[in-house]
This record gives sequence, C-alpha cells and structure tokens, in this order.
Amino acid sequence: MLAAQSIAEFLNSFTWLNGYGYVLATIVHALLLIHVFAISPFAFIWLERKVSGRIQDRLGPTRVGGLFGWLQSLADGIKLIQKEDLCPPAADSMLFRSAPYIVCVSSFAAFMVLPFSHGWVAVAADCGLFILLAILSLEVFGIIMAGYSSGSKWSLFGGMREAAQMVSYEIPLAICALIPVVAAGSLNLGEIGSMQRGWIGNWFLFHDPFTFIAFFVYFVVATASCKRAPFDLAEAESELVGGFHTEYSGMRWSFFFMGEYASMFAVCGVASVLFLGGWNTGIGPIDDALYQARAGGSGSAGEWSAGYLANVLGALVFAAKASFGVFVQVWLRWTLPRLRIDQVMTTCLKYLVPISCFLFLGATAWPLVFRQAFTITTWNSPVGDRVGEGLQEARRAGVVPAAGSQESESGSESESEEVEPASAASVQPVSPMPELPGEASSSVVLSAKDVREVSQ
Amino acid sequence: MGQSFLFTFFALSTCLSAIAVVVSQTVVRMAFWLIISLGSTAALFFLAEADFVGAAQLLVYVGGTLVLLVFGVMLTASGPYLKIATAPGETIVAGLLGMLFLFMVYSSVGDVQWVGAEGVSAVKSAGDGGLQPGNTLRPIGLSLFGLRPDKDLDGDGPAAPGYLLPFEIVSVHLLVVLIGAAYLARAKRSRAANQ
Amino acid sequence: MLADNNINSYLLVGAVLFVCGVICMATKRNGIGVLMGVELVLNGANVNFVAFSKFTRLGLDGQVFSLFVIVLAAAEAAVALAIALNFYNNHLTIDVDRASKLRG
Repeated sequence: MLAAQSIAEFLNSFTWLNGYGYVLATIVHALLLIHVFAISPFAFIWLERKVSGRIQDRLGPTRVGGLFGWLQSLADGIKLIQKEDLCPPAADSMLFRSAPYIVCVSSFAAFMVLPFSHGWVAVAADCGLFILLAILSLEVFGIIMAGYSSGSKWSLFGGMREAAQMVSYEIPLAICALIPVVAAGSLNLGEIGSMQRGWIGNWFLFHDPFTFIAFFVYFVVATASCKRAPFDLAEAESELVGGFHTEYSGMRWSFFFMGEYASMFAVCGVASVLFLGGWNTGIGPIDDALYQARAGGSGSAGEWSAGYLANVLGALVFAAKASFGVFVQVWLRWTLPRLRIDQVMTTCLKYLVPISCFLFLGATAWPLVFRQAFTITTWNSPVGDRVGEGLQEARRAGVVPAAGSQESESGSESESEEVEPASAASVQPVSPMPELPGEASSSVVLSAKDVREVSQ
Repeated sequence: MGQSFLFTFFALSTCLSAIAVVVSQTVVRMAFWLIISLGSTAALFFLAEADFVGAAQLLVYVGGTLVLLVFGVMLTASGPYLKIATAPGETIVAGLLGMLFLFMVYSSVGDVQWVGAEGVSAVKSAGDGGLQPGNTLRPIGLSLFGLRPDKDLDGDGPAAPGYLLPFEIVSVHLLVVLIGAAYLARAKRSRAANQ
Repeated sequence: MLADNNINSYLLVGAVLFVCGVICMATKRNGIGVLMGVELVLNGANVNFVAFSKFTRLGLDGQVFSLFVIVLAAAEAAVALAIALNFYNNHLTIDVDRASKLRG
C-alpha cells in the first residue's frame, strides 16, 4: 500500500484480482467522487438557507439537527423523496423523465478532471481544463430538454432563455479560463495548480494585471453559467413561475438543484485552481514544507503518512477556497436584483466578450512586451524555468519520471457517462516524484527545437 | 478486457442511438438521440487515445452545434411537438437500401489490408518520450502551429508538413460564416418587420 | 463482444453512422432533421479518421483532420440553420418538400 502511487496500482498488486484491479479502482474512484458530488449540494443548500436568512435579518434553519440546523438539507431531501413523481399529460414523457439525469450526470462528470490536491484527481488528463469546460457545457442540454418537453409555456420560455444565455456565456467563460492557461503554458489542471506554490504572489491572480481582471470577469461569467442570480433568468420565479422546472416535483426536481449546486462548486473549484493557487496555502514556508512532505517519497510509513496528511491539508485548503467562492455566489444572489433577459444578453455580448478578448490579447502580449522590451521582471521566476528546474532535480535525484504509466489509462478507461470519473488512472494518495507534471512540457519544447533544426 | 467491454458498450450505444435518430418522428427526440450518439462517439475517441478530439467533439459538437440545432427547432416549431411524418413506404425502401449500402461499404472496407494496421498506436511509435498515447494535446497544438515533432524526430528526410495554412484558412472561414449567418438572420428579421 | 484493438470494429461503427446519416438525409422532411443527418455522416467520417490515426501510419494527421471536420461542421450547421430560419420565415413551415417554388 505504501509503495503504490495510485489506487489502481495498489489493487493490481493483488494477483488474485486477475487484472480486474482497474475495474475495482474505477469503482472506488466513482464512489469517492459521488460522495463529493452528494455532500457538496448538501452543505451548500444549508449554506444558502442560512446566508439568505441572515441577509434578510432572520435566523434561517435552526431546528433540525442541533444548533445551526445543519441537518436541514437532509430533512429537505427526505421530504422530496416522499413526494409523488408527476409527469404532466402534455409532456413528452421520455424526454421529461430523462432531462434531470442529463443535468446531474454532466455536472457530476466535471469532477472527474478536477484536482482536489496534488495528484488527487481521477483522470490526470493533459487537456483537463478543456474536458472540464466541455462537460460543463453539456448541462444546458438537460435544461433545454426539460423546458421543451414539459409541454408548458413557462418551461419553454425558461428553456429558450437558458439556451440563449448559455450559448452566449460559454464564449467569455472559455476565454477567461484560457488567460491563466496562457500564463501557465499548460491545460493540465494539476500542473497549473502546482505551479502556484509559494507565497501568495505566485498565484495567477497576481501574475499580471490582465489575469487579475480576468478573475473577476470569470467569476461573473461562471455565476451566469450556473444560472445563479442575478442571471437566473431560466427560472425567474416572478415571471415564469418556476421556469424550466415548473412541472417537476420530488426527486427529479431535486436532481436539477443537486446539479446546480455541484456545478457551482465545480466552477469555483476551477477558479481556485486557475487563479487562487489551488491547494496551495499562499504562505511560502508552509507550502514548501507541504511540498517536501509530498515529495518525501514512499520509503517509510512515517514519510508516507506525512505526504498523505499534506495532501489532505491541500484538499481542505482547496475546498475552503472553492466554498468561499460558492458563498460569494450565494451572497450575490440575495443582494442583487435579477436582470432582464435583454440586459443579460447585452451584458454578455456587448461587454463581457469584448472585455475578455481584450484581456486575452493583453495576457498574451504581457510576457513579450514587459519582460523583453522593458526587462521588468514582473514575477519572481518564469513558470517554464521553474518546471524545468523541478524536472532536472527529479532527474538528478534519479527518480524516473513515469507520467506515462498513469496517463495511458486515463484516456481510455474513463469516459463512460456514469462510471466515468474513475478511470483506472490515478487518485494518487501519495506522489513521491517532485514536479511530475512539468515533464511532458519541457521534453516537447526540446522536440520543437529539433524540428526547427530539421526543417532548416 | 475492460477496455473492449467499454468499446462494445459505447459502440452499441453510438449505433443504436444513430438508428433511433432515423426512426424517431419528433425532431426533439431526434436531437436527444443525436446527443447520445455523438456523446458516445466522443467516448470512443477517448478509447482510441484521441483525448483532445474527444473533448473537442463534446465542446463543439454536443455543447455548441446541437444546442444551436435545438434552438432552431424551438424557433421553427409551429405546434408543441411538431411531427412531419415520413410515409411508411419511404421508410421501408430507405431501410432496405440502407442495409444494402451498409453491407456493401462494410464488406469492401473489411477486405482491405490497411498498411501498418498492426494494432500499435501510431502516436506511441513516434519514438519521443514526450508523446504518450492519450496525450495528444501538445503534438496537435504544435502541428497546428506548423511543427511535426511526431514525424520529424525519428526521420532525417524533409520536414513533414504541418497544418498552419489550413488552420488560418479555417479561421478566416469561421469569420466569413459568422458574418454570413448574422446577415441571414438579420435579413429575416427586417422582412418580418416590413410585413 | 467487439474487439477494441481491431480497426475493423471502428470502421463498422463509422459505416453504421454514415448509413444512418444518409437515410436520415434522404427520408426526413423536416429541414433540421436533414441537418442532423449531415451531422451523423460527418461524425461517421470522424470515427474513421480517428481509427486510422490509431491503427495505421497516419499518426496525428487523422486527429487533426477530425478536428477540422468538427469545426467546419459547426460552421456548416450555423449557416444551414440561418437558411432554415429564413425558409421558415418565408413558408411558415420547415417541411423541405414545400421548397418547390423554383419548379417550372
């Protein structure tokens, strides 16, 4: 157990499993992620009720489960399970019944590539951010299906609004998410996260002025793409009764909300990995100590558990940052009034898209202009150098960089709809190799030079 | 073992939902089955170690194009569930012709001995440590930029062609399409206002 | 069970998608249904490209080609949808059999 880098490796070390270790590891990963997926809405629904209560000068839930009413979500869930599962006669029943599952599955599958700590990711895909954005963009389809198949005018309006809003807001969302990618030179979320180790100035939020603004634009757009107020036009209850979920009841109704809260957590987690340092604390010495603990190798049980504890701490830091993002979204919802649909579209197409395009250009030009023309060192050390150093250290220490053994499975086993998140690849409880992710990048840069030489 | 199970699962769901697209009558159900079909195709791409193509399929096709299509369905529907039925005779004839065509295509394709089809991933055999199977992001990015590390590293001939020019052409094409689609939609609205 | 390490099983999937798309294009009278048939055909071609990229010496070329196909299919869908909306505006239906004004 101590020597194994991933659950899959650990399970495959039992010979009697006959190669079914990957299947078991898949199931283990899926179960772990399902718990994250189930518990985060549980916590955030309670948070929403409590925060809204406080903002409106009420107490919020206080009765169920002790002092702060923290079991309120469970009580809500039990109530919803008991409700009758209705399907209106005007509805297209197959689509009506399957729409909540599309929403739920797509926001659940987004957790598959989201790293919770160093190496704690179900699929360590090289284009992780791209896959994540792709999967999150599927959620809208469930909403449109629900709106269209309900056979009700309110639902249809909600679905159409959602379609228009999502198709527009995907563009600035992707561009803003690409800005830290330009700064990092990688789409791998784990790699981006581990680049921001050290003092708080290493976070991509403070990398340059463009990433700083991009964070706030990203947050606004992410709020809109989770259809949270002030952008919740799809379910605007003052005009559309309930919008796309008017006709739903019981568990199917609650699936929409589980999906919504889980995708809030997902986009805030992406924000914290891309801009806020991910699982790094932002305090230099602590981060270095944690990094040493993680890199300490798997020699003895003490080292292994130190590395494991460092990763647990990292996951807690990550969860705290992402939850703070969710808290801000809740806070916004109960503070700002809802926009009109034309204002929502205007905000996106006339303001957010040009702003994010400008930021993208600026972030691309920043290293070229400011680091070469004016020779200002804006940031302590360029990312590429640091990754290169880490790689060299690893080679000097004789640790064979073995990214391939994990990556090779990640593309293949993983992409089913429900079992997906758990590819045989690697939640790595312990990762003995320092700066593992940088390896691919530096070697490919070398090969590009080779190509130039060949072509001349 | 697990892999071929997954392949069978996704191949079946791709094919069966493609057939369901043909069979179903309301256009929104067609869209639903098309999503399942294209999503399972993306899973097949992931199984074939083409992770970037699979993600692009999900993002552009399923998340973009299909949402656009359903949006079009909503804008052009005159009733709640628009049905434009095909005559049963046509369906039967088309089905028979389709079966024949499938038989013809597959029997001729199956007879071909594909050069180099020995079950080894081509990306893997490129010989560079940085190019792992299922990690095609960087090689694809470089090849869109005009560099071919996957081909040039082990050969000593002339450099393999990259895709810089097609990439630029496609980007100009997209701009033209953007303007053209906006123009068409705009013309429609002004005529509606005149009537 | 289909073997995934065999190019022919990928090609079979591609052929089924292609044929379904062709039937869809030929029989559907709804303009948007015809568009969906086109998408299926292009997708079948994509499956073949990716299979060739995995199993033959085509290498990355197949994957880059399928990327181009995906992007151009999106562009094609946008233009075709604009045409379909215009058609609907003029004829108040999306039935392509009604598009017979040019018939002599």
